[in-house]
Amino acid sequence: MPSERMLMRGSHAVGEAAVRAGCRYYFGYPITPQNELPEYLAARMLEVGGTFVQAESEVAAINMVLGAAAAGGRAMTSSSSPGIALKQEGISYLCGQELPAVIINMMRGGPGLGNIAPSTADYFQVTRGGGNGDYHTPVLAPAGSQELAELTFAAFDLADKYRTPVMIAGDGLLGQVMEPVVFPDPIDLKILPRKDYILDGCAGREPRAIYSLFLGDQGELYNHNLKLQEKYGRIIAAEVRFEDYLTDDAEVIVVAYGTASRIARAAVDEVRKAGLKIGLFRPITLWPFPIKHLRGLADKGSKIAVFELSLGQMVEDVILSVLDRAGIFFYGIPGGLIPTPEELEDFMRSALAGDGKVGRRIEL
Amino acid sequence: MSEAKMKKVFGRPASLKPAETHYCPGCGHSIAHRLLAECLDELKLREKTVGVLPVGCAVIAHKYFNFDMAEAPHGRAPAAATGIKRVHPDKLVLTYQGDGDLAAIGTAETIHMANRGEKITTIFINNAIYGMTGGQMAPTSIIGLKTTTTPEGRASSRDGWPIDISRMLAVTDGAVYIERCVLTTVKGIRRAKKAILKAFQVQLDGLGFSLVELLSPCPTNWKLSPRAAVEWVNTEMIKSYSPGVIKDTTGYEDK
Repeated sequence: MPSERMLMRGSHAVGEAAVRAGCRYYFGYPITPQNELPEYLAARMLEVGGTFVQAESEVAAINMVLGAAAAGGRAMTSSSSPGIALKQEGISYLCGQELPAVIINMMRGGPGLGNIAPSTADYFQVTRGGGNGDYHTPVLAPAGSQELAELTFAAFDLADKYRTPVMIAGDGLLGQVMEPVVFPDPIDLKILPRKDYILDGCAGREPRAIYSLFLGDQGELYNHNLKLQEKYGRIIAAEVRFEDYLTDDAEVIVVAYGTASRIARAAVDEVRKAGLKIGLFRPITLWPFPIKHLRGLADKGSKIAVFELSLGQMVEDVILSVLDRAGIFFYGIPGGLIPTPEELEDFMRSALAGDGKVGRRIEL
Repeated sequence: MSEAKMKKVFGRPASLKPAETHYCPGCGHSIAHRLLAECLDELKLREKTVGVLPVGCAVIAHKYFNFDMAEAPHGRAPAAATGIKRVHPDKLVLTYQGDGDLAAIGTAETIHMANRGEKITTIFINNAIYGMTGGQMAPTSIIGLKTTTTPEGRASSRDGWPIDISRMLAVTDGAVYIERCVLTTVKGIRRAKKAILKAFQVQLDGLGFSLVELLSPCPTNWKLSPRAAVEWVNTEMIKSYSPGVIKDTTGYEDK
C-alpha cells in the first residue's frame, strides 16, 4: 500500500502501524478509552491473516502475548490504566523471561476506576512498574496520531532488539483525536532476523526452555539480574528520545509530554509572540528519561517549568535530572481536566517571574 | 546368560532427559512425567511439541522433559499456551498443571481455554493439596482433609467444597474429551496412558480442547507413607473424584 496521507483516529493509527510493523498477534480485553484499537485490529487481522483474540481478562491477554512472544510472533496487547495495573504481573514475567512485546496504554483518570478522561497520572505506573523485581520497561510517549504510528512501528523493533516489553504511553485524548498520518511502508515479515530462543518444537536442535525461576546456587538469579541490568544500561545509552522546541535562548523551559506537551507548545507559540523567551522540552522516552539532556539545559541557566496532567509524577525525574542547577516550578491538573493554553501562559509567566503564584515552586 | 543375548525391554523415553528429579518418594509426578513422555514418543511428537509448565512442584519440569517448554505465571499456563498455539497451529501444545494452578488462581484462564475450544491438551495433576508451598488446602482438598491451613480438616461450612473442575469444564462446548484416571493402580496407570494418547489425538485432529485429570499421591504433604498414600487415593479420594470418561464428543470408535 502506498504511504499516502490519511486522516485517522489515534487508536486506529496505532493498529495500522502495528500491522505494518509485522504484528500478527493481538490479545486484549475491552476498556475505555481504547476500544477503537482492538475493534480496528479485529477487522484488520482478518484481512492480513493474523490472530485477534478477545481474552477473558487483562491478565489472560498479557499472558497470551507472553506465549505468542515465546513462540516467536510479533505480539501486542492494549489497555488503559486500570487494565495496565492487571497486566503488571505479566510485564514482570516478560522482563524476567526476556520476551519482546508491545503494550499500548491509553491512560485515563484514577485512582481506582477514576474516569475515562485523558489524565496521565500513571507515569509512575508505566515508568516504575507495578510488577515485582529489578526491571525496566522502555516507555514511549507520543504526542499525536503521526507519532502514535511512528512510535508503535518503532516499538516492535525496539522490543525485538532488546528482548523486552515496550510500552506506548498515550492517553484518552490522543487515542480519540483524528489527525493526518503518513505510515511507514509495511515490512516484509520474511526479512525479520531469526530468533534463536523461541519455542517451535526441537526438531534438529536441543530443546529450549523459557523461564524466570532461578533456584540454582552459584548466584544464578544474581547473574540473571546483572545481565538484565547490563541490557538496561545499553538501552539508556542508545534509546533516549526527546524533542527540543525553542529551547536555545529560553529563560524558561517547559517540560511536558503527550497531550500536555500539545497544550504547552500552543502556549509557547503564544508567549513567543509577546517576546518572552520560553521553550519546550518534550521527553519522548519516559524510561529511559532524558536526564543528561535536561540537565544540560538547566546548566545553561534556564528555569524549568514542569506541566503534567497529574499532581506531580514526572516532576520527580525532572528533579533528579536538574537537582539544584535551576529553579523548578510545577503545575499539574488531576482528574482528566484539560487546561487551556491561556492557563499555561499564566504558569509560564509566573515561572519566568519566579514568583510561584501559579502552580508551585519545588523546594528541594 | 551372556551379554550378547540380552535384549532391551525397558528404557528411558526420548521425551525425558536423563535427569534425576526433585520429586518426593511416592509422588505421582514421576509417573505422570513418564506416561506423558511415552505418549509423545509413541506418537513421534517430541520434536513437534511445546509444553507450558505451572507454578507448583512441576515448575522446573523443563529440566526433566526433553522438548521445548515455557514457564507461565501462576495459573496462566492456559493463556500462554493459547498464545503459543495461535503462532504454531501445527505443533502439539500442552499444559501440565496442578490443582492450585488450574482450579484456583487460574480458574478463569482454564475455563476460557476450554470454552474457546483451543486445540490444546491439559495434563491436570490433582493431588488435593498445595505441594510446593508446603501442604496448604487446595481447591480440590476433600472434606475432612487436614492441611496446614485446615488444621482440623477441611470443613465445607468454613472452607467451601472440593471443586470438580473437570466436570465444570465438561459443560463448555469447546471441550471435546475429558477423562479422569488414577496413578495409583496398574490398571489406572495403563488407562491413563490411553487417555493421554487419545487426548493428543483429539488435538492432532483439530477437534478442540482435551484434558486428562490424574489423581496423584502426595505422601509428603498428606503425612502418609507412599504405600498409604496410594491406598488413600484408591479408597478416599475417588469418593470425591470418580475416575472415568467425563466427556467424549470425539466420535472416535474406541469408547
